Amino acid sequence: MANIISDQLIAYTAVLAELELSEEEKKQAGRDMGQMLDYMDQLKELDTSAVEPMYHAFSMEGVFREDVVTNGDGRRDTLANAPFCSENGIIVPRTIGSEGAE
Amino acid sequence: MPKQYETVIGLEVHVELASKTKIFCGCSTAFGSEPNSHTCPVCTGMPGALPVLNKRVVEYAIAAGLALNCEITKEFRFDRKNYFYPDNPQNYQISQLYLPICQNGKIEIETEEGGRKSIGIHEIHMEEDAGKLIHDEQTNCSVIDFNRSGVPLIEIVSDPDMRSAKEVISYLDKLRLVIQYLGISDCKLQEGSMRADVNLSIREKGAEKLGARTEMKNLNSFKAIGRAIEHETKRQIERLESVGNILQETRRWDDQKGVSYSMRSKEDARDYRYFPDPDLVPFSVSDEWIAEIKKRQPEFREEKMARYQKQFGLPLYDAKVLTETKELADLFEATEQICKKPKKASNWIMGETMRLLREKGMEAGEIQFSPKHLAVLIDLVDTGEINGSVAKEVFEILFEEDMDPKAYVEEKGLKTVSDRDALLAVIKEVIAENEKSAADYRNGKDKAIGFLVGQTMKAMKGKADPGAVKEMLREMLARTSGS
Repeated sequence: MANIISDQLIAYTAVLAELELSEEEKKQAGRDMGQMLDYMDQLKELDTSAVEPMYHAFSMEGVFREDVVTNGDGRRDTLANAPFCSENGIIVPRTIGSEGAE
Repeated sequence: MPKQYETVIGLEVHVELASKTKIFCGCSTAFGSEPNSHTCPVCTGMPGALPVLNKRVVEYAIAAGLALNCEITKEFRFDRKNYFYPDNPQNYQISQLYLPICQNGKIEIETEEGGRKSIGIHEIHMEEDAGKLIHDEQTNCSVIDFNRSGVPLIEIVSDPDMRSAKEVISYLDKLRLVIQYLGISDCKLQEGSMRADVNLSIREKGAEKLGARTEMKNLNSFKAIGRAIEHETKRQIERLESVGNILQETRRWDDQKGVSYSMRSKEDARDYRYFPDPDLVPFSVSDEWIAEIKKRQPEFREEKMARYQKQFGLPLYDAKVLTETKELADLFEATEQICKKPKKASNWIMGETMRLLREKGMEAGEIQFSPKHLAVLIDLVDTGEINGSVAKEVFEILFEEDMDPKAYVEEKGLKTVSDRDALLAVIKEVIAENEKSAADYRNGKDKAIGFLVGQTMKAMKGKADPGAVKEMLREMLARTSGS
C-alpha cells in the first residue's frame, strides 16, 4: 500500500464523522482509506488533460419547481419518525453552541 | 510613538428570501405557524427524499446579483456543507461553494467624510436555512422546530473593503434598501430575516498583508454591530501587542455584557468537507432569462430621488427622506397620483406621518391608512374646508382607523365656519370679554393679537381659519378704537 494514513488523521476523521472507533476499527479504517487513495492514484495515471471535468454522473440539466405550496401540515408524520418528541417538536439533549444556517 | 493600526472588515450577510415555499420542497414559509407544521421528508432530511429547486429563489438571487452589479453564473451548482448540529437534519446544508449564482459585484456607499466608496461583492450564493432550537432549562432538553428548515437564504459575501463601523453600517443600510426595493425580503435584523457576520482583522497602517481574522456572530442590530466592531478592534490590538498573534476563530457577541466569546475550541475545528450535491444536477441560466429578470427590476433609490426632483420639483431633502424606505416612496407616489399636489403629499408624509411612526415605534411597512384618504385630507385643507390644526387632528384618527376624512369632517362638524357674520359676532364677544388685551393691542403691543386669535379659535372650537380670524380682529380693533 502506497498511502499510509496516520493515526492522527484517522482520529480527526472520526471526530468529524462523530464516530467512536475502537483501536481495531481505527486500524481497519486506516487500511481501507489507504487502499481507496491507492486506487485514486491509479486513476490519476490516466491522461485526462483533454477531458471536460464531469460534475455529475447524469448528463442532464437541473429542473425547477414553481413557487407554489403543495405540502399540507406535516407535523404528525415528521414527529412519528423521531425517537423522542413532545406534542409539537422533536426532543434532543440540550444544545449549547452555534445555531442557524452556517 | 505607538503603532497605528487599521481595521479591515468584510461582511457575510444572510438574507431570508420572501418566496412562498421553501427552497427545495413545497412546504410553506409562512411565519408563526404551529411548530413543525411546515415540514416534509425533504426539509427534515429523511433518507431517499429528493430536493427540487424553487425557480423563484433563483430569480430573486439573480435580481439581487443584478442590483449589486454582479456577474451571473450561467452554469451554477449546489454543494453539500457537512456538519452535525440538531437544527440541521440532513447533517449537511445544501449551499454553493464552487459555482455560486452571482460573483464579482460592487456597490457604492457613503463614507464618513461624505464621499463615496465602492465595496466589492465577492459572491452571492443560495442556501437553505436551519431549523430552530428551543431550549428548556428545566428538563435540560432542546426542542426542534423544523418550520424554518429549508427556508431559502442568499448569503452576500463582501470583499474586505470596509475600514470602520460607520462604513459597515452604511454598507448594510444600502444593502437593506436595495433588497427591500427588490421586494425579495423584508430584511429585519431583529427578526432574523437579515443576519450579518463580521469578519475583522487589524494590520499596521500601510501594511499590505491582511492579519488573521475573527468572525463575529450573533449581531442583532446596527447598534450591536457598531459596538462589536469597536470592541473586537480593541481586543485584537491588545492581544497583538501582548501575546503577539491573533487566533483565527469564530466569536459570539454578547450585546448585554458588551463582550465576545470564542465559540469553538481547536478539537472542534470546522472542516466542512464540501462536495457537489449528487441530488442536484448542474443548472443553467439562459441570457433570455437574465434579460427577463432585468426588465422586471424596480426603480431604485437614486433613480427615484432624481425623478422626484425633476418630475415633481421636490427639494433634494424631500426626495431623500421619501425614498428612505420603499413603503414611504410608494405611499408618496400613490398619494400624488390622486391629489396631484406633490409638495403637500411630501409634507404630510415627512411631517405628521413620520412623527406618528416615531411616536408609536412603528415602521413604514406598518402604515395602515390608504393614499386615497390622505389625498382627500390634502384636498380638504387646500379648498379651505378645514384648517391646518383640524387637519392634524383628523390625520391622527386617519392614521389609526383609515376612515374617509371627508365623511368624518361632515359627521363631526369640523368644517371651517366661513360665514363672516357668525365669525364677526364671536369676535365682538371675544374683544368685549378681553378688554385688557384689546387695550394692549391698541397701545401698540402687537403680540396681544395672538391671544385674541387663540380665544376666538377656542370659541369657534377650532373651526375657523386662524389667518382670516386675525385679519378680522385687526379690522375690528381698528374700527372700535377707543370705544
